[in-house]
Amino acid sequence: MAKFSKKKVNRRKVEASGEGPEQVVRDPGEQHEGLNEADGHVSEEQEEDEEEEQEDEEEEEDGGGDKDERRRQKLLEAINALGGKRQKKLGERSEAAVLMSEFTINAEGEGERVDLSDLIGTVEKNRAVPAKTRKQLKNLQQSKRTVECPLSKQETERIQRDVSFQKAASEVSRWKGIIRQNQRAEQLVFPLNQEPAGPKPMERVVSGWKAQTPLEQEVFALLTANKQPVHDPILTPTEEASLRAMSLEEAKIRRAELQKARVLQSYYEAKARRERKIKSKKYHKVHNKAKRKEFLKQFDEMVKTDPATALEELDKMQTARMQERMSLKHQNSGKWARSKALLAKYDEDARKAMQQQLEVNKELTQKLVTSLNNEQEEEEEEEEAGHPELMPDFVNDAERGLDSSNPWMRGKLSEEPTESERCGSLDLTEEASGVGGGTAEEEEEGEEEEEGEGKEEEALLREFDQRRKLRQVQEADTGPVLSVDDDEGMVEEDEAAAEEEEQLSEFTSLFQEMANSRRDVMAEQAEAAPDTSVQLEEGRRRICTVEDVELLSQEEVAPDEAPVQPQLPPATENMLSAPQKTGKNRKRKRGIELKEVLTTEAKVLRIPLAPTVEDTEESDGKLDQRGLIKEAFAGDDIISDFLRDKRNQEDAGKPKVVDLTLPGWGEWGGGGVKPSRNKRRRFRVKTAPPPPRKDQHLPTVIISEKRNSSISLHQVNSLPFPFESHTQFQSTVRSPMGRTWNTERMVKKITKPKVVTQLGAIIQPMAREELMKDASNNSSVDSLRRKH
Amino acid sequence: MKVKVLSRNPDDYVRETKLDIQRVPRNYDPTLHPFEVNREYTRALNATKLERVFAKPFLASLDGHKDGVNCMAKHAKSLSKLLSGSCDGELKVWDLTKHECVRTLQAHEGFVRGIVVRFCGTSFFTAGDDKTIKQWKMESPGYGEEEEPLNTILGKTVFTGLDHHQKDGVFATCGQQVDIWDEQRSSPIRSFTWGVDSFSAVRFNPVEVRHHVSTTLRHTHTHTHTHTHTHTHTLYSFSMFTLAYKVFIVSLPDAFKMDCLIFLCLTSLYTYDMRFLDRPITVHMDHVSAVLDVDYSPTGKEFVSASFDKTIRIFPKDGGRSREVYHTKRMQHVICVKWSADNKFILSGSDEMNIRLWKANAAEKLGVLTPREKVAVNYSQKLKEKFQHHPQIRRIAHHRHLPKSIFHQTKELRVMKEARRRKERNVRKHSRPGAVPVVSEKEKHVVTVVK
Repeated sequence: MAKFSKKKVNRRKVEASGEGPEQVVRDPGEQHEGLNEADGHVSEEQEEDEEEEQEDEEEEEDGGGDKDERRRQKLLEAINALGGKRQKKLGERSEAAVLMSEFTINAEGEGERVDLSDLIGTVEKNRAVPAKTRKQLKNLQQSKRTVECPLSKQETERIQRDVSFQKAASEVSRWKGIIRQNQRAEQLVFPLNQEPAGPKPMERVVSGWKAQTPLEQEVFALLTANKQPVHDPILTPTEEASLRAMSLEEAKIRRAELQKARVLQSYYEAKARRERKIKSKKYHKVHNKAKRKEFLKQFDEMVKTDPATALEELDKMQTARMQERMSLKHQNSGKWARSKALLAKYDEDARKAMQQQLEVNKELTQKLVTSLNNEQEEEEEEEEAGHPELMPDFVNDAERGLDSSNPWMRGKLSEEPTESERCGSLDLTEEASGVGGGTAEEEEEGEEEEEGEGKEEEALLREFDQRRKLRQVQEADTGPVLSVDDDEGMVEEDEAAAEEEEQLSEFTSLFQEMANSRRDVMAEQAEAAPDTSVQLEEGRRRICTVEDVELLSQEEVAPDEAPVQPQLPPATENMLSAPQKTGKNRKRKRGIELKEVLTTEAKVLRIPLAPTVEDTEESDGKLDQRGLIKEAFAGDDIISDFLRDKRNQEDAGKPKVVDLTLPGWGEWGGGGVKPSRNKRRRFRVKTAPPPPRKDQHLPTVIISEKRNSSISLHQVNSLPFPFESHTQFQSTVRSPMGRTWNTERMVKKITKPKVVTQLGAIIQPMAREELMKDASNNSSVDSLRRKH
Repeated sequence: MKVKVLSRNPDDYVRETKLDIQRVPRNYDPTLHPFEVNREYTRALNATKLERVFAKPFLASLDGHKDGVNCMAKHAKSLSKLLSGSCDGELKVWDLTKHECVRTLQAHEGFVRGIVVRFCGTSFFTAGDDKTIKQWKMESPGYGEEEEPLNTILGKTVFTGLDHHQKDGVFATCGQQVDIWDEQRSSPIRSFTWGVDSFSAVRFNPVEVRHHVSTTLRHTHTHTHTHTHTHTHTLYSFSMFTLAYKVFIVSLPDAFKMDCLIFLCLTSLYTYDMRFLDRPITVHMDHVSAVLDVDYSPTGKEFVSASFDKTIRIFPKDGGRSREVYHTKRMQHVICVKWSADNKFILSGSDEMNIRLWKANAAEKLGVLTPREKVAVNYSQKLKEKFQHHPQIRRIAHHRHLPKSIFHQTKELRVMKEARRRKERNVRKHSRPGAVPVVSEKEKHVVTVVK
């Protein structure tokens, strides 16, 4: 009985697992049953008898224990049989058999028809069954359609196979991510999930560990009493608290700040010490100047904040300025200045020095403009306006010297020659001595007194300059009209504008004259052109050949002068026409002209100068196309390009003299020393001439001589598989990997093997958990991405 | 006056200990090293030559069987243990470190067809020609005890292959049909057939393991001898459900799951993508005679094949040509082959009753390497890789001495293939364009796909 039920359960389980495989796979026993079915209806009685016989045999085999039990059962059956109608007995099996008949299985209500409602009846009462299912079942009950004929066995099997294959395939392809990851991994270390080596803490090795022995208990009690850590974190609570109180980063930042401050201080100290010891006068000069500037700034502030002291300071400054103005210092009138003036004509440095001197003077005598002495200023202005003639001419001009690039703007220069002429009568000896000592003296003087001098004059000069800038054109006529106030200036400006116009007209007329003179020259040139053309010829012709294919194919016959002559007229025309335009942009025009000449040249070439007979003959039909092509390729001259290429290659192949002389070997060396001729001759190596080129007698062919058969044996002659381009392959070969060319770390990185296995470590196949891990990783990454 | 003296920090040039290597200051400016490629090329050439010099793959031969070795099994937990079954039904357990047999038992009458060690390593199963499957203890019996199987199952038909599940107490056999067995039962829990084909090998997928019987089934791969059924190299590709494919899936790589199937079809091996069985991914050609066994390396990057032509070849997973061929004068037809679980060794069992132990990497130094040695090995390996396409280096790296017969056979095959190719080309040339399509080597071997 037990066995039978087991079988039943088994079958039910199979059915529950669904999907179909179970239906396909059938027990041989079942098949046998099918056969029996086909056999037809054998009387049940007979069958049962057979069964009983079988059972008997089995029992005998079984033997022993349940024999008595069986006998009792039989006896009971026999007794039952005595009483009238024979009862149907349940089939029973006690032994698993390959062959099993379904006819031994009896149901209670056999013979009665089983209706769907019988089966579904319980469903109505059962709450667990969803309403949807109930509805479906009801519909099913009502429908009268016949069920479709099932597919043949082969076909169902095929469908099932197909479905299950699809499933398996999809299941397998879940590994795709991991596989790709492993394939791309720079290094795989097998076994894959290795635990880190080294000792592990007790808690990790033994999960449920407790202090058991009295000693252990005592130790633990002590630890807990003193709040000492028992497990992984080795810090005590107090330590942790102290750690939390000040984070490491904060401490680091603070320390860095302190360090910086200390360093800055030391730098400053060192700097001060160094500066104190400097002896250079120039340095101090510059330094003082800077100081002065700063002082001025401070003074400005002082005026606002502390006027009393500011006044004192101002007094001091004014006296100093006065002294400076009175003295002859920095006036370029000393011995040194004179000597400089002598030299200035030839020496840039001397000129500069004088300029500087003047500037110093200006600076020192500049009047300080403050709100305190506005009135004074006004007075002074008037005063200055009163005697503008007193000012030397060159002083005015010298201001312009600030923009020193233009020599015309430096009035000083124009003056210098006269000075030098004056000085020319002086003794040469004096001059010579003056040059040496003069500069030093002057500088000293400057240093001593620069601070004290006033600066009124400079301020004035600046004003003049500004005004002059406003009325540059006017200046020539009006001369020094410097005493004008602002109100007057407005009126005057109108006048100035009128004058300006006049000037402009003058200006243009001047230019006209110049242009006329030039035009004459041009005309002369044009006349001379035929003569010069012969000399020009060569250069021009070369351009032609480069320019045009046509000419090359046709030429030789074409007269040499021909291309040149027609070129000239337009050019000259241009040149002639150019000056007739306004004189102002004449210069620019001239720049464009050159270009124009070139373009016209190209245009001229397009016209067939020496038309060949063939061309005209063919022209009717094909000229258009040919012309088109010619036009299209007018720019590039293939043949001459080719010839040039070939010539270049030939030149490259020619033996060259290699100079191997090393200066300084075997003789004196140093800057400007040339190795001796003897030595140069000795070390000049002349390489042997190469064998004659293969394309020597082939004018239209270039055969490369670079290919070396002995090397090509070692060269890769086709692109290997994974590479997509030559450059890619070359770059991989070119980058070296060894320690000779790379740092140690780089070498380690480059030469990392792709797969590392360990001798004696069993590599287990990947576990399914790996897949889960990967999936979870991916999902977490995705969620992170979504967050951001 | 202060005199400034040139001084250097000794830390820059003095070694900390005598064992350190000397610090060599270098200028890595590439303009100062115009010949770097040339020098590396020379190094690569030398490395390749040295590799050939040191290529001594044969380690040991284990003899003791009285008939040809028909099957072998690796121990699941121990690297040094190997089980082998011979054609006379004898089974031997070997200790590989000592190169000696530790246990011998008469497992079956007739061939031992399959051995598999249970995943726990405490017992193993054998299947034989006497239609029985037996389970044995891994430990040898104590003194006075008889050598007896733990369990014996009588089958109806002869079993030709055997494999055990990686995690469950389930194993599979093949023969006339594929059976899935529970260890606790004497009858198969499931059996599959398709027509009258018989199967010669069965494998559980080592990675895709499931607890449900039905799903494990889906990943059961079986194979049949094609040449016994049809001499037309018919490649049937059965769908997975009842049984897998009609040709050959001998081994599955552990680490790389999807491209997993190696088919045996006379001389070539075929790798299939498990999801697309219409055409192979790669065709592995080099053997001149039938391939009898295949085993993947545990890293899944390579596999080894044993052939009737008395050689073992190692193929890269996705390479069409073998990277290595092993043979000895005395080795006859190789029937079974295994790649050791630590990826370092290969074991082959052959007709002439010997089991041979080879290195998986012929020129590799066994044993502990010093760090400097390691660096040198890595560098030379990379150099060889970098310059592998250069003709001289490739020539040296690919050169293998072959037995005369194999050499000539290879040549013959090459000539035949070339002739066929030429003919096809000519036919194509002289027929209407498109009438003779170009068929790739992969597709050529698939005659039809049966679903």
